[in-house]
Amino acid sequence: MKNRSFIARNPSILVFLACLGLFTVAVTIASEGFGLGLISTSFVKTLGKTLCLCLVAVAMDLIWGYCGILSLGHFAFFGLGGYMIGMWLMYERTRLIVTESMAAQQIPPTPQEVIDSIGTQIFGVVGSSEFPLIWSFAHSLTLQLILVVAVPGLLALVFGWLAFRSRVTGVYLSILTQAMTLALALYLFQNDSGLRGNNGLSGLQNLPGVTASQDVVSIWFLWASALALGLGYLLAAFVVSGKFGSVIRGIRDNEARVRFLGYSVETYKLAMFTLTACIAGIAGALYYPQAGIINPAEIAPIASIYLAVWVAIGGRGRLYGAVIGAALVSLVSTYFTGGQAPDIPLGFYTISWVDWWTVLLGLTFVLVTLFAPKGIGGLFDLVTARLPSNRHGADYGPDAGAKREEEGQ
Amino acid sequence: MIKALQALALFCALTLSAPALAQDSTAETPADEAAQAAPAEMGPIQTLLQQHAADLAKPSRRTIQPVIDALAGSGLEGMQQVLQVWEAREMYQRESDGWFFKGEKGPDRTIILTDFDSGEALEPVPSGEVDNLKPNSGVRGLIASALVRFQLLDPNAARRQDALTAISRNPDASHLEPLAASIDEEPSPALKAQKQRLLTLLTISFGADEDARIAAIESVAGDLNVDTRATLNPLVATTLKAAEGEPTGNIARTLRPGSEELPRNAAYDMAAAAADLPARIEPSDRRNALQANIADGAVGGVPLSELNTIEARERAYAALVEAGTVAPAPTEAEIDAALARFTFYEEYAEPSPFVTEAANAALRSIDTKVGLNTTLDLGLDALSLASIYFLAAIGLAITFGVMGVINMAHGEFIMMGAYTGYVVQQMIPNHTVSIIVAIPLAFAVTFAAGVAMERLVIRWLYNRPLETLLATFGISIALQQLAKNIFGTQARPLTAPGWLDGQWQINEIVGISMIRVAIFVLAIVFLLFFLFLMKKTRLGLETRAVTQNPRMAASMGINPGRVNMLTFGLGSGIAGIAGVAIGLYAKVTSELGADYIVQSFMTVVVGGVGNIWGTLLGAGMIGSLQKGIEWLNPSNTLAAQTYMIIFIIIFIQFRPRGIIALKGRAAGD
Amino acid sequence: MTAFKKTAASVLALGLTAGAASAQEVSCPIKVGVLHSLSGTMAISETTLKETMEMLVASQNEAGGLLGCDLEAVVVDPASDWPLFAEKARELLTVHEVDVIFGNWTSVSRKSVLPVIEELNGLLFYPVQYEGEESSKNVFYTGAAPNQQAIPATDYYLEELGVEKFALLGTDYVYPRTTNNILESYLKDKGIPAEDIFVNYTPFGHSDWSKIVSDVVALGADGKKVGVISTINGDANIGFYKELAAQGISAEDIPVVAFSVGEEELAGLDTSNLVGHLAAWNYFMSADTEANADFISKWHAFIGSEDRVTNDPMEAHYIGFNMWVNAATEAGTTDVDAVRTAMWGQEFPNLTGGTAVMGVNHHLSKPVLIGEIRADGQFDIISETDPVPGDAWTDFLPESAVLTSDWKDLECGMYNTETSTCVQIESNY
Repeated sequence: MKNRSFIARNPSILVFLACLGLFTVAVTIASEGFGLGLISTSFVKTLGKTLCLCLVAVAMDLIWGYCGILSLGHFAFFGLGGYMIGMWLMYERTRLIVTESMAAQQIPPTPQEVIDSIGTQIFGVVGSSEFPLIWSFAHSLTLQLILVVAVPGLLALVFGWLAFRSRVTGVYLSILTQAMTLALALYLFQNDSGLRGNNGLSGLQNLPGVTASQDVVSIWFLWASALALGLGYLLAAFVVSGKFGSVIRGIRDNEARVRFLGYSVETYKLAMFTLTACIAGIAGALYYPQAGIINPAEIAPIASIYLAVWVAIGGRGRLYGAVIGAALVSLVSTYFTGGQAPDIPLGFYTISWVDWWTVLLGLTFVLVTLFAPKGIGGLFDLVTARLPSNRHGADYGPDAGAKREEEGQ
Repeated sequence: MIKALQALALFCALTLSAPALAQDSTAETPADEAAQAAPAEMGPIQTLLQQHAADLAKPSRRTIQPVIDALAGSGLEGMQQVLQVWEAREMYQRESDGWFFKGEKGPDRTIILTDFDSGEALEPVPSGEVDNLKPNSGVRGLIASALVRFQLLDPNAARRQDALTAISRNPDASHLEPLAASIDEEPSPALKAQKQRLLTLLTISFGADEDARIAAIESVAGDLNVDTRATLNPLVATTLKAAEGEPTGNIARTLRPGSEELPRNAAYDMAAAAADLPARIEPSDRRNALQANIADGAVGGVPLSELNTIEARERAYAALVEAGTVAPAPTEAEIDAALARFTFYEEYAEPSPFVTEAANAALRSIDTKVGLNTTLDLGLDALSLASIYFLAAIGLAITFGVMGVINMAHGEFIMMGAYTGYVVQQMIPNHTVSIIVAIPLAFAVTFAAGVAMERLVIRWLYNRPLETLLATFGISIALQQLAKNIFGTQARPLTAPGWLDGQWQINEIVGISMIRVAIFVLAIVFLLFFLFLMKKTRLGLETRAVTQNPRMAASMGINPGRVNMLTFGLGSGIAGIAGVAIGLYAKVTSELGADYIVQSFMTVVVGGVGNIWGTLLGAGMIGSLQKGIEWLNPSNTLAAQTYMIIFIIIFIQFRPRGIIALKGRAAGD
Repeated sequence: MTAFKKTAASVLALGLTAGAASAQEVSCPIKVGVLHSLSGTMAISETTLKETMEMLVASQNEAGGLLGCDLEAVVVDPASDWPLFAEKARELLTVHEVDVIFGNWTSVSRKSVLPVIEELNGLLFYPVQYEGEESSKNVFYTGAAPNQQAIPATDYYLEELGVEKFALLGTDYVYPRTTNNILESYLKDKGIPAEDIFVNYTPFGHSDWSKIVSDVVALGADGKKVGVISTINGDANIGFYKELAAQGISAEDIPVVAFSVGEEELAGLDTSNLVGHLAAWNYFMSADTEANADFISKWHAFIGSEDRVTNDPMEAHYIGFNMWVNAATEAGTTDVDAVRTAMWGQEFPNLTGGTAVMGVNHHLSKPVLIGEIRADGQFDIISETDPVPGDAWTDFLPESAVLTSDWKDLECGMYNTETSTCVQIESNY
């Protein structure tokens, strides 16, 4: 079968999926909900969220590492996915509460009264009670699930079409994607946007109609996230292998040559941009029910830059690199900024990790960029003794050379 | 309660005119008892103050007027001083006996009290033994208004100015006469002009003679002052009324019910209130009525379980109406009939039609001028915002535009400049000197930082622009956190020197704060400096050469490394100076730079990379665009920023290389 | 040895007061969670509160601890990241097993924490003035509800300053939005027509204020007295006040009353041009009472600097913490349900005089103070009301007016008095 040969050509996929599966089983056994209680529920949630971040990092690696487009706006798609599922979660949970409380009344409510009451509950906090138009589908899980993919995809399609059509490339495109996510964040910050402004959507971890405790629910989400990451990884690996992947890498390495060869560069880029946006949307839809709240600050430009940082530290142009980078940096950051890391007394000054971690992260990042452009993933090359062949002085990286020879083998 | 107080005040005022009676007034507060215990020492002012002791100690604007009238109308010598002391919050009440004094802070937390009657200073007392009376600003306004009659002819010009300020803040009919009387004797021409202006305004509001008022109104036509409009507008203020048949009075216009200004329901509600017609029934009222009439699990024969539709509820309500339990709702025909019977109109508060007509004419002429000047003011604001963006972006225009290096840490250089200004100000207390020192120092600090960054990081990444972006981002977050660690997260003050306080007032509407003018000037200076540097100096020549073709430049004996280093340092240094300026007008925090970085990139990209005029145009466009959107949607500044960015995204589609695009070989790739 | 004696003595005392029921064990040390951002944008405000909590815990330990145990402050850093607040709250309750949490500043962060606290039956003391419209079983709100800050300040405008036209300026987030909504409705009730209410929202950290200030000045054109009600938050205030000063707007002409500007915020400003502008709080550092002088000197000693100011949320923590200590002592346990029951009706003296009382709707009854800015960055207290009980659901919005909160008798935080039903017991965030 074709699929088998594709996996056979990429043994790293099997290794990765096995690791992911082992990890999930191990966490489940150690969790409070299903097992020994070695891992607290809050840490299970952190792990589940980290899996989602890995998924969006895979998407980022696809668009940046393989297609050479440094998008500083992928968290916008991630956030949109979260908003879409959040709308249904909020609506449905509120509807259950409202119906229950209204059932106690002597005169049964009209359907309009029920909807008004849900509106008051959801928007009362931002001083409104009307349902904005964008909530039209919030009553249906199926529709909102479709929107999780459709809305980020559509935004990416429109934005990408505009940008690629007018041949905005390189740094300009990065800044433009950054502007896009900033505009979206600013728009969502407004109350008029109908998504509760700065407050965002909250209480998302309580699934409507589910009475199981968070100890159990957190494991469900861990499974779902692991599944999504596994499938996403497979899809990404599939996309970058084969002819399509070659064209994509060709675009990264020299766009003009690919165009002269007769390929429609814009279409390929647009397809990749939209596909990664959809993956990011799914990742977001799984992430925010675990985080419990989504608000516009989540999609501020800085978040997308951090995404690029993860991928760069993990190693661009290899999918497991993105996963390693996202998991490592976000978990280590959580550890150091959480205040649990012990302070280092120097006598004259005490280094508190809460204060100095960001400085260290920033500098690490500079060092990685300068001295280890392959990131952590590069270590695997050493392990597998796949030392780079002579590149005739050509450079790494998507812009000035990349790994042409290895990939050409 | 208020009536009672007024009566009391009236009573007091009466007793004042006959001081002998004052002793008989029944006093119940302990303070008064104490006062009576030592009547021999109490002068007339203290006696009067003691009568109002409770109100003086805890005054409220709502109730204090009679007391102020009583004090001001007492005719006692020195009452002006008492009121002035009270207004200035220098009046103290002694806790032991409730007496009032003028007080001054003495050494060691003591208060030096001065008796109002004798004018003698007493021994200093600890501040714990006296209460400082702090009338709120509403009460102080009333006191100032009462003081007007004393102060209009005061020999001290500052007091006369106080009186005029008080009149303009609280114009009152009682001011008209003393003001008119005081004009001839006014020695200062400036104050005289002010008095005449105020007299005109008072005449418009309170004049007895209609012709004089109309003349006064016509004389202020075209005056831009806010208080002129504030005087005229109440004359043409209207109230919406409903009347059966022809309305009487000074009618502004009649309204048609069902129009946008007067919706049908609102009109009917007005008519119903006026003529005692049955009120409309809202859905929620109907629901409550049904709820109140539940009998045997049904309302009006409709079972409860069916009442979840509007139709069923209407049926049930109709059944209740038929049974006579609830009032019927008016039918559409009844509403129409009622609306036909009534005339809805707006009536002026001012009875004279000639006055309102003159006022309307004057306001029209003013409004035209105001509109024009507001546009001008908006233009100035846009210019100012543009100059701030330009200042923030100019350094970036050099590093990004000329060298093609993305410096995400540019914002942090701006921040470093601002903090340099703050540190200098901590060491040099004189604000003017500190700014003069801070500007070159900020340049030096950020120049050094820029050079260091270029040598250590950017130099290695010249052919990997996207990675420059990421590496400089790493530096950016490190610097930001470093600033937080050193200076804390609290905003730090960077205070402008005195001569940059206030604003440059072109007329009553058009004005701009001095600090913004200074920023504008600074932006111009930098523009000229940049042009000079690029076109007239050796460094500029070399920079342009390196920009266009580094290898060729190198072979011509130019050291590209050195040129890059200096250019980058220069761009960073300018960012530092911009930081001082931005810190002066806004705030100094570790996030200061981050607030400007995206806008700065936009400015450079929109303007067109590699051209300073493009940056200027970009800043101008973004500034005026943002102000324009703000003007269209004044209640939501955030929307202005959102739409501006969306506009830029679309703009880039049509001019991907910016407003001024480099042509030919210089355009690069 | 002495520690043992002390513990033995208090166990004995416990046994005597609470009788056999005191078998409920109190595991030492008693842990107090502190959930304030120490990094990110909110660190500016919240770090002070973390320090306040550390001071309160330290001084309680000096005074003999609680129920024979020492207290231990467990500090975590949610880094101004709203989802992280929920995660850290869960960590505090499940990993550190704290008995009570003091924390949060922004409404968003509180909304983020709410479901976790309710799910795990924790106890949270929230110290900041907020927009109301909430009453959770597991939260005690020691800051002001709108009727304890915004409404009295508006009354002061209407009655004392004679303001007839209002400019409601706010930062674009939930607290200003809801507060302005309530105020708009309140002003309309008071006969102020809609066209005399100007509302404007600006983003966080806004700095370009010249046009907005000019717009406010232009409002005076129809001869009505204009007043500004500012819910502008944080750093943006600096630019706003600088622009006010630059345009020479005196407090007599157009007064500005702020709900989010306290001593801490003014520390970053030269206030000589702002004298007379107003702020409404339940506490000012300049309050002339012995308790306050004592608190300030303790604070200065703890923090090691005479320059640090005190502010309203600090007082809220001070009252909240002491009430919790007293309630736990009364209940003889730190068990959340027992402490909650003991909290109702709990009294503690304010720093500004008078006594704060915890109501059954989990809001405090506190006096409202209005202060005028002085040249030294402090406030002159010019008005002080009688204690006002905090109202969870405002009376000035039609959909909230019918709601009430009573955890004692109705056992419901959102009770519809019209239909006599409990709308919800758990918050719907």
